[in-house]
Amino acid sequence: MKNKAKINAVEKTAKSIFMICAVIAIFAVCSITIYMIAKGTPALKSVGVLKLLFGTSWAPTANEPAYGILYIILTSIVGTAASVLIGVPVGLLTAVFLTEISNKKLAAIVNPAIELLAGIPSVIYGLLGLMLLNPFMYKMEKMIFEDSDTHKFTGGSNLISAVIVLAIMILPTVVNVSASSLRAVSANLRAASYALGASKIQTVFKVTIPAAKSGIMTGVVLGIGRALGEAMAINMVAGGSVQIPLPFNSVRFLTTQLVSEMGYAEGVHRQVLFTVGLVLYIFIMVVNLVLQKLRKGANTDE
Amino acid sequence: MMETAKIKVKKLNLYYGDNHALKDIDIKIRPKAVTAFIGPSGCGKSTFLKTLNRMNDLVENVKIEGEVLLDEKDIYAPGVDTTILRKKVGMVFQQPNPFPMSIYDNIAYGPRIHGIKDKRKLDEIVEESLRGAAIFDEVKDRLKKNALGLSGGQQQRICIARALAVCPEVLLMDEPTSALDPISTSKIEDLMEDLKKKYTVVIVTHNMQQAVRVADDTAFFLLGELIEFRETKLLFSYPQDKRTEDYITGRFG
Ligand SMILES: Nc1ncnc2c1ncn2[C@@H]1O[C@H](COP(=O)(O)OP(=O)(O)OP(=O)(O)O)[C@@H](O)[C@H]1O
Ligand SMILES: [Mg+2]
Repeated sequence: MKNKAKINAVEKTAKSIFMICAVIAIFAVCSITIYMIAKGTPALKSVGVLKLLFGTSWAPTANEPAYGILYIILTSIVGTAASVLIGVPVGLLTAVFLTEISNKKLAAIVNPAIELLAGIPSVIYGLLGLMLLNPFMYKMEKMIFEDSDTHKFTGGSNLISAVIVLAIMILPTVVNVSASSLRAVSANLRAASYALGASKIQTVFKVTIPAAKSGIMTGVVLGIGRALGEAMAINMVAGGSVQIPLPFNSVRFLTTQLVSEMGYAEGVHRQVLFTVGLVLYIFIMVVNLVLQKLRKGANTDE
Repeated sequence: MMETAKIKVKKLNLYYGDNHALKDIDIKIRPKAVTAFIGPSGCGKSTFLKTLNRMNDLVENVKIEGEVLLDEKDIYAPGVDTTILRKKVGMVFQQPNPFPMSIYDNIAYGPRIHGIKDKRKLDEIVEESLRGAAIFDEVKDRLKKNALGLSGGQQQRICIARALAVCPEVLLMDEPTSALDPISTSKIEDLMEDLKKKYTVVIVTHNMQQAVRVADDTAFFLLGELIEFRETKLLFSYPQDKRTEDYITGRFG
């Protein structure tokens, strides 16, 4: 009897601790959201929604300042999409290789290597991009735009460099999450496919990957989130001019916009930077919501 | 029992590493009949069943010796394509394992794998297979729904239909009803009567009544050996081996 009372007490305390943690998490999300909205909306009024979100000229310190962030938004969208387009297939195929194809010995080498990749600080990626990628890009740039009078030379700091760095950075997330969801697919399903006369590759692509769809999607969200939110590495390799996101242009992302100007911005300029932050925040939220929906769909019916 | 055999196994030995799991198995399986494998847990029934469509190839560290002749051709001979073999020798597993996709896509999976793309042809195969597994009427209005939404018994019949869809000659079933309720079980048992008109059926079962009800021939395994193999009626009425008698009278388990 006494014991039971004790267990009850423990249960109750545990429950309240969990409750408190949950409340803290919800409180944090709500307060961040409210803060971002409160700080991010005034510029929409003072500059004007159209001029701000769809303006293409960024000159915050000019005599007649312009605060158009369209190119910055586009750069984040295009840069993230391109890096995901590269990183996800490569990551997924790596995960397939690790879980389905490679022998244990090889997997034992590749797996830790990929985990290490996840642990490398982003500034190191930036450094590598700066030292290795940019010079290479500069050579390409010189070749391609030899006869062009309109191209502004960047020295190799451009959108492609940023995309490649981002793609490599999201790789570990995609690989790890996909690999664990592929491993979680029941051996019974694979057996069913083999028993129907399917080959290994057919089984992987028609049964295992579809069955691991929701887990793989999670990897994709996390990858998109990481790519959208990454600032340091791309700040080092992307150049930083506000321009339309073309492959060989020096470009500025939502994140790098904040990093490079928040330190000295004042007045309306500062308000606008908060709007940039708000846009980034909304992107992340939308990505998460959309994919949560997708995952729910994948789990239940077709 | 002496007509031509669909499957002939000669001196089959199988090792999982050091574990000698099947010992000198010799057996002839009749075409268009139901053959049951019975025996206590761990005696090698599933292992033996899986040697018949080479699903054991997927296990690491197996060593297989001897011959398994399907229509007089050794399926372990070099150069045999296991995908073609497994198309001929289908399998239904103990746990219903439909793919997490629509009922239609489940059934169409095999034919598509083997290159059938024509929509009309696929429709035809799907309907025919579902009818063959006695589940068409239950699911005909929801072919596009996910197969995981069905009951266990229905899922198992979907799995049977899926196996039928590639037009196998032999159907291997490893305890196909052990995860099912009595009603689903009797549906599948009834189904076997029909199946054996077109297919050679081999079934592993722990349930001796089931063997008596559905099987023409029954094989009794013990510790990796085939102890006795005869017509079901004879095996259960006049067991020749003491060990068979002990087992079927429940003296050991
Ligand atoms: N994949 C495997 N790797 C190693 N050993 C295995 C494997 N599968 C089965 N065995 C071993 O082979 C022997 C026969 O197993 P099997 O699964 O064929 O028995 P069974 O008669 O089907 O038993 P049950 O009635 O419990 O299903 C057992 O000793 C088992 O431990
Ligand atoms: Mg078994």
